[in-house]
Amino acid sequence: MNITLTLIAQMAAFIALIYFVNSLLWKPMSEVLEARQKKIADGLAAAEKGKHEQELAEKNAMQKISEAKAQATEIVSQAQRRSNEIVEESKITAREEASRIITAANSEIEQEINRAKETLRKDVSAIALAGASKILKKEVDAKAHASLLNDLAAQI
Amino acid sequence: MSESAQNSGGGTVEYIQHHLTNICVGDCDPITHKASGFMSLHLDTIFFSFALAALIILVSARLGKNLNADKPGGFQNFVEMIVDFVAQQVRDTFPGHNPLIAPLALTIFVWVWLMNFMDLIPVDLLPLIGSFLGITYLKVVPTTDLNTTMAMSLTVFALILYYNFKVKGAAAYGKSFLFHPFGKFLMPINIVMTAIEELAKPLSLGLRLFGNMFAGELVFLLIALIGGSAAIGFGLFFILPLQALLDLGWLIFHILVITLQAFIFMVLSIVYLGMAHTEAEEH
Repeated sequence: MNITLTLIAQMAAFIALIYFVNSLLWKPMSEVLEARQKKIADGLAAAEKGKHEQELAEKNAMQKISEAKAQATEIVSQAQRRSNEIVEESKITAREEASRIITAANSEIEQEINRAKETLRKDVSAIALAGASKILKKEVDAKAHASLLNDLAAQI
Repeated sequence: MSESAQNSGGGTVEYIQHHLTNICVGDCDPITHKASGFMSLHLDTIFFSFALAALIILVSARLGKNLNADKPGGFQNFVEMIVDFVAQQVRDTFPGHNPLIAPLALTIFVWVWLMNFMDLIPVDLLPLIGSFLGITYLKVVPTTDLNTTMAMSLTVFALILYYNFKVKGAAAYGKSFLFHPFGKFLMPINIVMTAIEELAKPLSLGLRLFGNMFAGELVFLLIALIGGSAAIGFGLFFILPLQALLDLGWLIFHILVITLQAFIFMVLSIVYLGMAHTEAEEH
């Protein structure tokens, strides 16, 4: 094979083509590919960060929930205690009220009894007077025997 | 010679030889149409390889201007795939970093592939059109011209030598000639062996591609001859389908071959340049 102009021309074309491919295609495309790679990497990093933040937020939320739960149980137990106290208090007042009512009723009953006794006494003296006048077939003067009758009634 | 272009079915050898002869201008042998001196040009080789190079440059320029980082279109995707493939090859086989290697590999792959692809155009089509235009000889596939393949392999070889001197230094590179395969006691043999080893690189690169493409073209010509030899007679009904079938088979196989040859040329260039970048091993 002779070394000819064709060979030289082909070499020149090859070198020129390398230059053009490099400057027109390879460099811009590498830049684009690199930029895209960076973008994807950034996106993945951001996603990772977001995930991390979400985990943190979840943890935070869990803590808040547990705190709230503790608070709620405390409140409930407090309320229970308070209600027990109220129940106790109301029991005591009810008992007092009941005993008061009972004593009042008792005194009323006694008064009633006394009143009945009083009426009875009066009735007894009247009945006795009526009986006596029937026995004696004559009018008995109530005023003359008043002291006697009162005595009798008081004995009943 | 040129009158026989019209009746190429006449002689088998003549037909094949005619198809495998370049248009030569300048210092050419008037009988064989081969280049006989330095001042000779193979116009068909130059034309087709330059046209394909221009196509690459044009497409690159258009695509390079309209690159879309976020929403790559169909063609950009395709080119990105090729670029990524080549970049991956360079990453895998090339040690260190050199911004020249990857564009070089890409250029080799795409250009060689396109030049090889000319092989898939029916062998008689372009020469026939050429004969209408008064072109008597036309070899369509630039890579079946040794000038093309050797031009690329010698360019790569020049780069190999350049990087050997640049990375290793002249002294270390010279030392690899003296001591390389067998140590310091067999220096004369070492020089011969290493010189052969170095010279084998461009030769094997250029000759492999040339040989494969030349042989492929030859097979296409032989298949084309089947129909040509039976141009008259009833055999045509049997032979023409056979020719079409064989041609189809070889075409499909050849798609593989041209891709493989372009790939091998690219990878070997990367490997050789990588060897030029690594320090010589101690012996």
